[in-house]
Amino acid sequence: MTTPASAAEKATPTNGKRRRGSDRSRSEARLGWYLAGPAFVIMLLVTLYPILQALWDSLFSLRLTALDETEFIWFRNYQVVLGDPAFWQSLWVTVLITVITVAVELVLGFILAMVMHRAATQLRGIVRTAILVPYGIVTVVSAFAWFYAFDINSGGYINNWFSWLPGITEDLNWFAAQGTSMFVIIASEIWKTTPFISLLLLSGLAQVPGELEEAARVDGATGAQVLRRVILPNMKAAIMVAVLFRALEAFRIFDNVYIMTNGANNTEVLSLLAYNTSIGRLEIGLGSAISVLLFLCVLIIAFIAIKGFKVDLAGTRGDT
Amino acid sequence: MASISLDHVVKTYPDGFTAVKGVSLDIADGEFVILVGPSGCGKSTLLRMIVGLEDITDGELRIGEKVVNDLAPRDRDLAMVFQNYALYPHLTVYENIAFPLRLARGQFSDSEVDERVRRASALLELDEHLERKPANLSGGQRQRVAMGRAIVRQAKAFLFDEPLSNLDAKLRGQMRTEIARLQRNLATTTVYVTHDQTEAMTLGDRVAVLRRGELQQVASPRGLYDQPVNLFVAGFIGSPPMNFLPGIVEGDRIRLPLVDVPLDDRLRTAVGEREIVIVGIRPDAYEDVDTLEPHKAEGGVRFEADVDVTEWLGEVLYAYVPFETHDAVREKLAELDRDLDGEGMRTQLVVTLDSMSTVRAGDAAELWFHPDSMHIFDAETGDSLTRDEDRAAELEEEAKEQRRRALERAKRRAEREAQAAADGEERASA
Amino acid sequence: MGGMSTKQRIGWVVITVVVLLWSLFPVVSILMTSFKTQAGLFSGKFLPPEWTWENYATILAPGGSAQDLFLPSLRNSIGISLISTVVAVVLATFCAYAIARLDFRGKKLILTTALAVSVFPVVSIVTPLFNLWRSIGLYDTWPGLIIPYLSLTLPISIWTLAAFFRQIPWELEQAAQVDGATPFQAFRKAVVPLAAPGVFTTAIIAFFIAWNDFVYGISLTSTSAARPVPAALSFFTGASQFEEPTGAISAAAIVVTVPIVIVVLIFQRRIVSGLTQGAVKG
Repeated sequence: MTTPASAAEKATPTNGKRRRGSDRSRSEARLGWYLAGPAFVIMLLVTLYPILQALWDSLFSLRLTALDETEFIWFRNYQVVLGDPAFWQSLWVTVLITVITVAVELVLGFILAMVMHRAATQLRGIVRTAILVPYGIVTVVSAFAWFYAFDINSGGYINNWFSWLPGITEDLNWFAAQGTSMFVIIASEIWKTTPFISLLLLSGLAQVPGELEEAARVDGATGAQVLRRVILPNMKAAIMVAVLFRALEAFRIFDNVYIMTNGANNTEVLSLLAYNTSIGRLEIGLGSAISVLLFLCVLIIAFIAIKGFKVDLAGTRGDT
Repeated sequence: MASISLDHVVKTYPDGFTAVKGVSLDIADGEFVILVGPSGCGKSTLLRMIVGLEDITDGELRIGEKVVNDLAPRDRDLAMVFQNYALYPHLTVYENIAFPLRLARGQFSDSEVDERVRRASALLELDEHLERKPANLSGGQRQRVAMGRAIVRQAKAFLFDEPLSNLDAKLRGQMRTEIARLQRNLATTTVYVTHDQTEAMTLGDRVAVLRRGELQQVASPRGLYDQPVNLFVAGFIGSPPMNFLPGIVEGDRIRLPLVDVPLDDRLRTAVGEREIVIVGIRPDAYEDVDTLEPHKAEGGVRFEADVDVTEWLGEVLYAYVPFETHDAVREKLAELDRDLDGEGMRTQLVVTLDSMSTVRAGDAAELWFHPDSMHIFDAETGDSLTRDEDRAAELEEEAKEQRRRALERAKRRAEREAQAAADGEERASA
Repeated sequence: MGGMSTKQRIGWVVITVVVLLWSLFPVVSILMTSFKTQAGLFSGKFLPPEWTWENYATILAPGGSAQDLFLPSLRNSIGISLISTVVAVVLATFCAYAIARLDFRGKKLILTTALAVSVFPVVSIVTPLFNLWRSIGLYDTWPGLIIPYLSLTLPISIWTLAAFFRQIPWELEQAAQVDGATPFQAFRKAVVPLAAPGVFTTAIIAFFIAWNDFVYGISLTSTSAARPVPAALSFFTGASQFEEPTGAISAAAIVVTVPIVIVVLIFQRRIVSGLTQGAVKG
């Protein structure tokens, strides 16, 4: 990913600095901001403003059901949230879902990427089209599809199919316990988002010159050695970026949980907790506090990935 | 180290295209063989079949005595230098060179690996770059690292796939001599693919010329130059390329576009009953009559030519003389031109003259050549009619003898070094 | 790889079939459910014991019990997603053009912001918006959804388009001008044909994302005035209180999925290149 070309592109800022003084570059900069400005401002308006508002709201005992009782209470909402086992439970569930889905997707996605990388052209087209279906499908639709396949109250047939497996009986109610509910939720999440990770990995794989693999084979490497010693080290950056993207996305999981269990049996995730608190029970102050905490979690994950694992999200683009 | 032999090797791709059409070639132990030909002639495919990166559709490939058709590349014990070097970007130069040794787990101790890498890096003058990553190396340095990775393993043979094509002209010349020196020193069987005929002529003990997947001729560089078997080889080897002229036989003369040449015994036999032939004359066979020493002029033919363009390069002068070709050979020569990656431009005579020659563009120059330098080719088949088998065999014998002596020198040097090392150890232990 | 042996070929076919089954199974599953009768739903079988169109009638036919829930939401989904896609792509085109073509400080800031916005937890935004929209009258309106949808569609559009635009050989524009074209002609004849596929691909991806939204949909709407399909699906109820809405939801799910499958089939190659370029590329 650090090709000489990107190194050369990285040199442009100095170039820019040198020319900053000239009229031409000043008018170029002005034009640049005229063109890019509106998009930039809108992005800020639709995210920065709400999160600041949430920060502010979270300091009030704001309930839409009792607006006249609103008062400034400093960090009491955070005290309440952090002292509530339900919050820690949902944080744990969210982390669990994130870790499991990302881990499984990384493996599955890599296998899929290898399949697409190696397959003959016609097969590659078929595989690529097939995996784009989960990507394109509405998450809620996928949640319903998985739910109906498993739920015995909606005519789920999975029990009938897999009754030969130990632990699966005809009247097993998947959505009556935490473990089994989580299994279906995680499976549907993996189904929906593995294509994306596999496409990211495929583009990382495509960056590894085929000649390297050939050279390694001539040098005496077995298939496993080629993978471990040549291919994986050379797509480390792509893997890290894919993991980070997916981890941040999985951490926001909401749709499938809402549809399948709506948080029953200890499957409430952070997003759902925030939603139920503020939109469901109209406790805006508390809900905002949870929203801010959720946002902080995402920031922490991103920070750890970028500082700790040196994932250079913007840098992978080469220039700017 | 081992011999490599190809026996009617065929490569047909799934889409039905046959890239290599039954090539048979025996490469002796320690020999340096060049595969050369225009783009698409199948030379790289052939190399990749030897190393095992392409499946062999039909025929037999032996390394040493063993048939290796179905062996994976890693089981063939060959080393290859790729066109783009294929250095592992995540590894240092040291680890790149050590890579093949590290793969053979347990076979080499760390100190053995270190010793071998240091020896290779010393040989290739890479010592000061060992800790750098490939991205920070120049083209020539990358090239040497790739060679280091090839030699460190002491494989049965070296395979080179156009290794110098990404270097600029000056570096290419340097690396060419470096490769020649290395091969002579190590005396490792080497197969080298190139489309550059300078590399082909200077590096190889023998050169195999390929055209559209078929082997045309395998001979020493001198053999190819002096005794080509057909139009294609004659046209491919030599720079500037051989001039091909329509020759119409009329009685005891042969009429060329600019001059008539009397048929001597050699030419008479070659021409036989044919009425039209293709005549090949190398550019350096011509002389400017003004600068020609008189005693050489005897027995040659002189003619007047309108020089269109001249190129003065310091050591030589190229003069270009346009001529009208003959309808009977136009098609054959156009086909040849296509085979040689030409653009089918105008027909012109290229003449290499002494740099002191005063011929300039627009002049009518008086030129000379000797009929002995004429090659005659069949206008239909393109086969050479003047090829002298005895002379060709003689040239091959000479080349063989030269190679034998070079290998002996390499062997003696290796023995001396081994002896010196042993002495050193004795002294150290004493 | 050259000529594949029969064994290899069979291996590849098996792999392809497995991938196909895995990718399409849930879709086929819900398709089957959509053809089941109320009784058939409880058969516990994959295939409908008897096939019926009644679920589709429920959501589409006049007088169908879920028709007034589904059809308006379909209209909302299409309208809102299309508008937010168009707005995002237009704004992103200007922005990405500036990033790819012009040299100015702040490019990195813009791209980083886009990246940050794209991983922003939607739920963190929705609470304050819920409150604000109610007080300024945007709650349960089209603009009330189009605006937050931009937080989903703009960032990815900017990244994808910037990646596409970087690959355009911009010298062509100058070459066209040297060849005698006016600046506008140069832009129209040399640049637009090269940029159009990228813009189109970006639009598809942005549309998918807007079409997929659920959180904004259920939080910022309360009636069929603006409620999009995913949110509406969760509001379906059975024809009577003893009936489950399973069949109707399945039918509605298929109606909103079929167009996506068709788009994927037609533009498969482009979507892949757009996704991989927009998200990450070395």
